[in-house]
Amino acid sequence: MIANRAAAGLRVLKDGIRCISTSGVKRSDNLFVHRDTPEDNPDIPFEFTPENKKRVEAILSIYPEGHKRGAMIPLLDLAQRQYGWLPISAMHKVAEILDLPNMRVYEVATFYTMFMRKPTGTYHIQVCTTTPCWLRGSDEVLNTCKKQLGIGVGETTKDRKFTISEVECLGACVNAPMMAINDDYYEDLTAKDTENIIQQLKDGKVPKPGPYNGRFTSEPKGNPTSLTEEPKGPGFGIQPGL
Amino acid sequence: MFRVPLAKAISLGSPKRVANIAVRASASAASTPAKAPERIEVFVDDIPVQVLPGTTVLQAAAMVGVEIPRFCYHERLAVAGNCRMCLVEVEKSPKPVAACAMPVMKGWRIKTNSDLTKKAREGVMEFLLMNHPLDCPICDQGGECDLQDQAMAFGSDRSRFTDINFTGKRAVEDKDIGPLVKTIMTRCIHCTRCIRFASEIAGVDDLGTTGRGNDMQVGTYVEKLFLTELSGNVIDLCPVGALTNKPYSFVARPWEIRKIDSIDVMDAIGSNIIVSTRTGEVLRILPRENEEVNEEWLADKGRFACDGLKRQRLIAPMLRTPSGELQAVEWESTLIAVAKAVRKAPKGSVVAIAGSMADVEAMVATKDLLNRIGSEIVCTEQSLPTQGSGSDLRSNYLLNSSIQALEEADVVLLVGTNPRYEAPLLNTRLRKSYVHNELELALIGPKVDLSYKYQHLGDGAELINQISTGTHPFAQKLKNAKKPAIILGSEMLARPDGAGILATLQSFANKISKPEWNAFNVLHQNASQVGALDVGYRPGVETALKAQPKVVFLLGADAGIVTREKLPKDCFVVYIGHHGDAGATIADAVLPGAAYTEKQATYVNTEGRSQQTLCAVNPPGLAREDWKIIRALSEVVGEPLPYDTLDELRERVEDIAPHLVQHGKLETNSFATLAEQLAKDKKIDNSKITVRQQTLKDYFMTDPISRASPTMAKCIAAVKKQEAKAH
Repeated sequence: MIANRAAAGLRVLKDGIRCISTSGVKRSDNLFVHRDTPEDNPDIPFEFTPENKKRVEAILSIYPEGHKRGAMIPLLDLAQRQYGWLPISAMHKVAEILDLPNMRVYEVATFYTMFMRKPTGTYHIQVCTTTPCWLRGSDEVLNTCKKQLGIGVGETTKDRKFTISEVECLGACVNAPMMAINDDYYEDLTAKDTENIIQQLKDGKVPKPGPYNGRFTSEPKGNPTSLTEEPKGPGFGIQPGL
Repeated sequence: MFRVPLAKAISLGSPKRVANIAVRASASAASTPAKAPERIEVFVDDIPVQVLPGTTVLQAAAMVGVEIPRFCYHERLAVAGNCRMCLVEVEKSPKPVAACAMPVMKGWRIKTNSDLTKKAREGVMEFLLMNHPLDCPICDQGGECDLQDQAMAFGSDRSRFTDINFTGKRAVEDKDIGPLVKTIMTRCIHCTRCIRFASEIAGVDDLGTTGRGNDMQVGTYVEKLFLTELSGNVIDLCPVGALTNKPYSFVARPWEIRKIDSIDVMDAIGSNIIVSTRTGEVLRILPRENEEVNEEWLADKGRFACDGLKRQRLIAPMLRTPSGELQAVEWESTLIAVAKAVRKAPKGSVVAIAGSMADVEAMVATKDLLNRIGSEIVCTEQSLPTQGSGSDLRSNYLLNSSIQALEEADVVLLVGTNPRYEAPLLNTRLRKSYVHNELELALIGPKVDLSYKYQHLGDGAELINQISTGTHPFAQKLKNAKKPAIILGSEMLARPDGAGILATLQSFANKISKPEWNAFNVLHQNASQVGALDVGYRPGVETALKAQPKVVFLLGADAGIVTREKLPKDCFVVYIGHHGDAGATIADAVLPGAAYTEKQATYVNTEGRSQQTLCAVNPPGLAREDWKIIRALSEVVGEPLPYDTLDELRERVEDIAPHLVQHGKLETNSFATLAEQLAKDKKIDNSKITVRQQTLKDYFMTDPISRASPTMAKCIAAVKKQEAKAH
């Protein structure tokens, strides 16, 4: 019976029915055209603060004359750090500084996913859900964030303090699961740690970045499992004749 | 914003141009006799070919007549190399190379027909079609679509695309980029030709790609109209149906239409065009390649104003009734009425005024008729100083450097002109030179946007004197230049001090001219002007008005320069033309003529190149070809003209000026120094210099055809709408 089934299966394969695995195409939830909104329109003025203006000067001085457009990404980043996200008037400002057509700045700002082109909270929580983090329980971390803040992925709280994003690997798989809040990584999380961190942020405190399970950076938890003996001295293993 | 170094410019050009540039570059670098760079040998499908270093695989293949399929590559645009359609196998190369971007190396064996190449093409085509809708039956590009043709030629004969049952194809929202170009962005294959055209040729950086990967889209990001005087060219460039002609949408299929070669008369460049017609109707106009005139571009007015040919037309002869209305009558009675007026008029009181679209044949016939009845006064609407040598010497009123050679100029001074709107395709040449050739430009006149950077010297006429005496710093630059050029706008010549400006600039141009290089250029706006002056018309209407005429022939004179008030009360005005515009409204007799698409006629462009239009459709209603009307009238007047066919008339034209019947050829002219000696008056009053067409709004309606065109009206509305927008 089983042999018959297998033979039938083989015949089907021979007859040319291909086995195709498909997966849903994951498309970006970002909009790649601009729509004027009350928060984001070209009439809202944007200006660099005096200290950021000095930074602009410093950034521009790195690039030789004729290649100033290389400063576009650092300047967009500076604008985003100042404003919290990247409104269209900030892009226009950068274009003006670099003496480029606006379109050339739009192209760069829409290409890179870390430029936030819609209003974003003060704390941008990026939860990694790629395989290693997911295996180590990133679902729990993400659900805790959602529950505690009462918002979904890609949404911002009403007080404009928090935004949750689901992101792909941030390169800290050794310390999975992890999330990044603005520039800091919070690693080796559990649901409770996540709750703590968010509560601290809500209270205006700065939670400690790094691993939350007690280890130092990505050292093994507990004792080292290899290279445990004393290092051998110089001349170890060399032929006596030498 | 693009300033491509010469090395890159070389790799952009066609092999022929590459050779020229390379020779010129090496000649100028060493100032020793030009030494051509050593050629290298490559083999395309085992055919040996010698090419210059820097030639791409695609160009080398083209030299032996092997065409490699491509979507993103375009000869006149920078190389993008993103469609991958031009992949070919090169022996000993581990993977196929993109022919459009890869320069050849010595001894390469390129295989454009091998199994690997075929497989690569099939694969690329499969990927392109993954996200391209199969809506050819409802797509306007159908039948002239690169993707369709190349899918047939190089694609697979069956589909493996099963994903259609799961996730479907990518969909992109359409953009509103204006009344001329319709967008169906789902069809876009991201070749970026339109983006490169906008940024390199048109100089309007409004298009770009936003997003990344599968979400990438071509567009303007913000809600903005793509408004330039050259926007129609992106329709021709688009290899698929993403950008199509909006006024022509769903009108006709390419296999249904007849194509007739012709000449554009909306400006004085004389762009070569193809008129597409079906059942006696002009449907659309496309550019025709002519390296010496319009390359392969066409300005929007020439392309889209053709729907004006169907509106406001004069379709029957008309006479003014005693109550003051124009009434349609038979040809016979109109011709008799006109002939009566002509015969009644005393000798020398019959004048003719040629408008912006009058053709050479009609002007010659009119002049012959008037000469036979004893009148010498034939003139053009657009004026030119007649002191000194005036219109006697061609170098006084031509674009002497020639349109193509202006690309080689290194310093250009524009005086009282806005080439961007007066002659968009001359402006593209200047911009090309600005981008690739380090051309330096300065402008005397109102500050306008020329799509490239220039030095604005001011708008006072006294600057002309400062330049010519050498006191202005820019004069020095002109003197030191290898190929300097001064381009004088035709509106300058209509000023009261036009003679002074002409003489001053001409004598200065002679000082800086080089052997084989005349630096003095006049940029006309009227397609008829050079032809009229060549056959002996007097520029300007003053003489005609001063003569107290009894009969005035208006040959399509619609600029509103001749009005009823300026003419004597008892003057009989005869209008011969195709549109009910300013001229017809003041006429006592209207003789309906043919528009440029309806007659075989000669036009001479601003550089003095005579070209002919061909008859694409018949004139509407009772309208007739202009010269035939004059010929018929001469019979009734009693002074029959000695030609009955176009060939006979052209023989007569040849007697006057032989170059006018040598269509397509550029007649070189000399006597520039003589003109300077003859010029006496060099006075310039220090008034402000201004030009009529300053912004895009002023560009769209300048002549009777474009004034009658609903598309051009929509363009003006769109520009106004855009001005009110934030972006």
